[in-house]
Amino acid sequence: MHSAGILLFLDLMSFTSSRPAEAGPPMQLLSVSGGGRRLELGSGWNGPGLADNLEKILAQISSTGKESGPLTFSENGLDRHDALVASSILEIIRAAQAQGLEVQFETLPDSIRKLIGLALAVPPREPESHQRDNLFTVIGKKSLRILQGSRHFFEFAGELTYSFGRLVRGKARFRREDFWLTLQSCGVGALPIVALISILVGVILGFVGAVQLRKFGATIYMIDLVGLAVARELGCIMAGIIMSGRTGAAFAAQIGSMNVNQEVDALETLGISPMEFLVLPRALSMILMMPLLTLFADALGFFGGFIVALPMGISPGEFWYQLTESLSLQHISIGILKSFFFGIIVASAGCYYGLRSGRSSSAVGEAATKAVVAGITWIIVLDAAFAFVLEAMGW
Amino acid sequence: MIQQATSMENEHIEVRDLTMAYGDFVLMRDLNFTIRKGEVFIIMGGSGCGKSTLMRHLIGLKDPAAGDIYYNGESFISASADQRELMLRRFGVMYQSGALWSSLTLAENVGLPLVQFSSFSKRQIRSIVSYKLSIVGLAGFEEFYPAEISGGMAKRAGVARALALDPEVLYLDEPSAGLDPLSARRLDDTILELRNSLGMTIVVVTHELESIFQIGDNSVFLDVDTRTQAATGNPRELRDSCPDEKIRNFLSRGELGAGKPPE
Repeated sequence: MHSAGILLFLDLMSFTSSRPAEAGPPMQLLSVSGGGRRLELGSGWNGPGLADNLEKILAQISSTGKESGPLTFSENGLDRHDALVASSILEIIRAAQAQGLEVQFETLPDSIRKLIGLALAVPPREPESHQRDNLFTVIGKKSLRILQGSRHFFEFAGELTYSFGRLVRGKARFRREDFWLTLQSCGVGALPIVALISILVGVILGFVGAVQLRKFGATIYMIDLVGLAVARELGCIMAGIIMSGRTGAAFAAQIGSMNVNQEVDALETLGISPMEFLVLPRALSMILMMPLLTLFADALGFFGGFIVALPMGISPGEFWYQLTESLSLQHISIGILKSFFFGIIVASAGCYYGLRSGRSSSAVGEAATKAVVAGITWIIVLDAAFAFVLEAMGW
Repeated sequence: MIQQATSMENEHIEVRDLTMAYGDFVLMRDLNFTIRKGEVFIIMGGSGCGKSTLMRHLIGLKDPAAGDIYYNGESFISASADQRELMLRRFGVMYQSGALWSSLTLAENVGLPLVQFSSFSKRQIRSIVSYKLSIVGLAGFEEFYPAEISGGMAKRAGVARALALDPEVLYLDEPSAGLDPLSARRLDDTILELRNSLGMTIVVVTHELESIFQIGDNSVFLDVDTRTQAATGNPRELRDSCPDEKIRNFLSRGELGAGKPPE
């Protein structure tokens, strides 16, 4: 009791000394009255000093014990009833209650009492106790999550394979219109961007190659370079990356937002498999269109090389002769074969992350990002694997 | 900081000859009503009659095809962009589904208007945010994301956000739809308390009869058939003595049995 009184005195001293007279009449802090503590809601509450004072009052309350009696309020010149006053009073009351002080609400001014009452009607939610994980727990949890994630993916792959089986037997359930629409957006819709990128890649390759080869007087072999690189690698990789960014992301966003709106749930409760209804038409059109897009990308890549070859003094006839000499059907078909797998990767990544997306708008964005990142990563990884295998086979 | 209005004029919001249209399709025409300061005003009517659209007009999300809206005697429609922004800042709006920003926590959602438009310190904003969340019964949920709470809680958090700047006018679009009876009741109490304690003008779009009678001081009834307002007045009086049978039917859930239920 005694020490609390001294503390109060010290607080008042520091307050008045740090704030000169311009702050108006100093705000009355807690005062001892009768058997309890009294908080005067005076004119000091109207000024800018409220913030400092609140800290002081809270500090006083935290050093006040239950035995010092109830907390009462008295209104004395308070003419501001905005949220800051109310929120400060609420904080003081919460602090007092935490100290076990009895709060006499009936002494609050009318204008505040009822809203404070509403605010206190529902007790605050207890914060969940967060136990910090140690390093091993973190690693363990992470590995479990990765393990679970890969299990999910294999489940997805299995279900997709199964629904392809049902498709072959003519039992798959999906709307043909959806299929045609995705077919269009994966195919014709992607032509302009694929054309642009492929031509430019052809031009760049041709130019870089020509500049180097000219030093050896072998400019003509830039055609081999462009032809082989585009046919075996770049045609299908560029088509895959473009489709991943363009269509894979769209798949993830579409299915993800359907997930947010419970549209996927609605399908499932009707007994329609989302895998067949949503994923199958998308995967199918991607698998059908990717080889065609790759052929298209190859042709335009060659054309890009041709554009560079002309000013290098190579005639169209020479270009055609050299291109057909250096390329065989085998090279082209390697690219086409890979593009088939890239199509599966892009469609699966898009649909998988769409179906597994969370239920908020930011989760949809996240799903689209993951779909693109995973799509591009696996395209490159698979391409590297193909390069090793084909090399070993001597193709 | 937003101060309470000092103007003591009784008429707060006036709607004059308002026509709402989507392109050529006229949704409602010739709306005329006045919302007085410090009253709870209900916009009611059947589904699809344009209640929410009327609210969108009142808060400036949609421009009317004809007519004007006056706040404290100032035209809202012909106001300059700057004037309009100032007027908008005196509104608090709760949208039908809460419309919380999903990438922000509840505290950040409620605090964003304060961070943007007030000079409070971080500490003060935290205090105000927790007070506003407490008022709607969400104390302790500061660090939750909208995806982690239920639809009803998101709605109440939407109310807390609408209250952030101590608005003069609070717009609530279907506040109690989808809430459990206790939460709905609590929200009604909160609405009344905001009016009583702070003198806020509160405009509520709803067709929850219980709420309408408990909180409504005044109302406008939009009629989907005639495409204009069918009546204005205190909802309890309208229920008991409105000459229009359709409205009495609506307000007593057709229990009068006198007329055919609205098609």
